[in-house]
Amino acid sequence: MSELLTKSRARNVFYGGSIFFVVVFVALTADSHRHITRTATSGMELSDAVRHGKHVWERHSCINCHTLHGEGAYFAPEVGNVMTRWGVLDEPEMAYEMLDAWMQAQPSGIEGRRQMPHFEITEEEMRALSEFLRWADQTDTQNWPPNDAG
Amino acid sequence: MKYQSQQVAYAYFVAAMALFGIQVLGGLLLGWIYVSPNTLSEILPFNIVRMIHTNALIVWLLLGFFGAAYYLVPEESEREIFSVRLAYFQLAILVVGTLGAVGSYLVGIHGGREFLEQPLWVKFGILVAAVIFLVNVSLTFLAGRKTAITNILLMGLWLLCLLWVFAFINPDNLSLDKMYWWMVVHLWVEATWELVMAAILGFLMLKLTGVDREVIEKWLYVIVATALFSGILGTGHHFYWIGTPGYWQWIGSVFSTLEVVPFFAMMSFAFVMVWKGRKNHPNKAALLWSLGSSTVAFFGAGVWGFLHTLHGVNFYTHGTQITAAHGHLAFYGAYVALNLAMFTYAMPILRGREPYNQVLNMASFWLMTGGMAFMTFTLTFAGTIQTHMQRIVGDYYMQVQDELGLFYMMRFGSGVAVVLGALLFIYSMLVVRREVVKPGPVAVPGE
Ligand code: HEM
Ligand code: HEM
Ligand SMILES: [Fe+2]
Repeated sequence: MSELLTKSRARNVFYGGSIFFVVVFVALTADSHRHITRTATSGMELSDAVRHGKHVWERHSCINCHTLHGEGAYFAPEVGNVMTRWGVLDEPEMAYEMLDAWMQAQPSGIEGRRQMPHFEITEEEMRALSEFLRWADQTDTQNWPPNDAG
Repeated sequence: MKYQSQQVAYAYFVAAMALFGIQVLGGLLLGWIYVSPNTLSEILPFNIVRMIHTNALIVWLLLGFFGAAYYLVPEESEREIFSVRLAYFQLAILVVGTLGAVGSYLVGIHGGREFLEQPLWVKFGILVAAVIFLVNVSLTFLAGRKTAITNILLMGLWLLCLLWVFAFINPDNLSLDKMYWWMVVHLWVEATWELVMAAILGFLMLKLTGVDREVIEKWLYVIVATALFSGILGTGHHFYWIGTPGYWQWIGSVFSTLEVVPFFAMMSFAFVMVWKGRKNHPNKAALLWSLGSSTVAFFGAGVWGFLHTLHGVNFYTHGTQITAAHGHLAFYGAYVALNLAMFTYAMPILRGREPYNQVLNMASFWLMTGGMAFMTFTLTFAGTIQTHMQRIVGDYYMQVQDELGLFYMMRFGSGVAVVLGALLFIYSMLVVRREVVKPGPVAVPGE
């Protein structure tokens, strides 16, 4: 690579090529943005409750134990499909009740079992959180996860 | 040391090493919670410790990069840093921000996007520090000699600071949130940080091997070209299952596979330069870390990255202990070891202790690298079993985890080795004053 590839040629290929790939990437990102809002997450309305639920999810840093759509920590179960696993995806009231019962029962205190903390969450917040999880579960994730175990 | 202002790097490196200590102690605690889950569960739950572990990692690596820039930019530009006071001010902001973030995590105040949990004021602090930094090094760079090393280094640093803007963008739509989140996370470690890595590695090779600058700089442009050509579209390997379009499965698989190329090139580069170099630099520890970094980066990022990057494989391994195995070895090889290489090279000079072979430091290399490799193996075995039981058989998550206890115990053991290695490294950098082992007589060829 001595004569043909001089330093300045290598540099120019680097600059030119990088700009090309940035442009392609930006275009695909714009298309993906549209796909997400119009198709992938159109299964359920992005309501105020869902928005609020996302903030509750973030405030308690749930992502640092659980995965959500496979991203996060690996210490606790996947929650992107938890409403499917519980069989309450289309039943908001039951979803709320299951979630509330689960959260109130924590920490289990069982010796040798991983502990989920107790969180101070109001009823309104708990309803929002359960709507958020139902909303996330409706996302078109290209059929991931492979099964309900998550 | 050729320029007085390079001394700034010393403060950055010390702060970075302190955080490195906190990071691995946090990791050890996490590893212990996996083994004995009731530990501290009411006062210091897993998620809080994990935020400290990952945030400390990122901040200390950045502190190391900033310090490295303050060390090498004057030498390459052949002039003093534009403003030493600004450099210290920048460090003060970062240290206050870091302490503030750790303090607020401990009392339960934090965001909830992985790695970006810092309270808003800390995020702004980081932004301000980044701007100060860019102004300071860019003015130094513009006024002095321009080399490919500083050119690539500054380009990487500018772009990574610009990408920080995405840390402030948090759409209500979870899938959009995830897509833009990767613009910080992936485009940092698999694009812009690679430029920084290549530049620092190039600088170290220049100093340690004495190979001609022209040769080194041409290699550098080829390396960073392959890094960005593959890494930008390679972001697609995170867009398989989060609500993004299906075409990413092919784009992501093809381009992220090509991401192996720059890591292979950096490893080859380091070995070829050492082979070609005539210089017998006394700092053998810096050479060991440089070669070790590029090699482990190839395995951690290249081999372990490829292991789960094809969409047909990732469908099953996504979000399992396989990901944790890869994350650890990749970060360790590419960025931890590279920073430690730079510290190892620069600290004896900054402390006026040349020439210096650093035997204890080399021992810490083997202890830490051995520990991280073992950790990666145990997590890979755990992840393989997890993938099979959970994703193929369909067993419930917690049931599967109960079967993996042995691997988590071994991971904790390897964590102990890593912590001991890290402490030994810090001790050898900051405390040891003289060579521990006397050099033997020089052999005469032919005898
Ligand atoms: C004492 C040694 C260490 C131990 C025992 C340890 C343990 C852990 C544990 C248990 C987690 C959480 C995994 C989960 O969510 O289930 C974690 C996360 C993480 N650690 Fe460490 N760690 C150690 C050292 C390191 C080092 C040296 C690095 C950098 C090279 C590192 C980088 C990370 C990263 C990047 C994550 C997030 C991984 C991801 O999201 O995939 N750790 N660590
Ligand atoms: C030094 C460079 C690299 C570093 C520091 C790194 C680090 C990481 C970390 C920490 C994660 C977990 C992120 C999360 O929390 O969800 C991750 C995920 C991933 N990385 Fe890397 N990586 C590097 C290079 C690569 C390369 C070159 C490839 C491909 C050849 C690759 C393939 C992947 C894939 C496919 C995932 C997603 C895993 C999943 O689906 O759960 N990485 N990486
Ligand atoms: Fe990536």
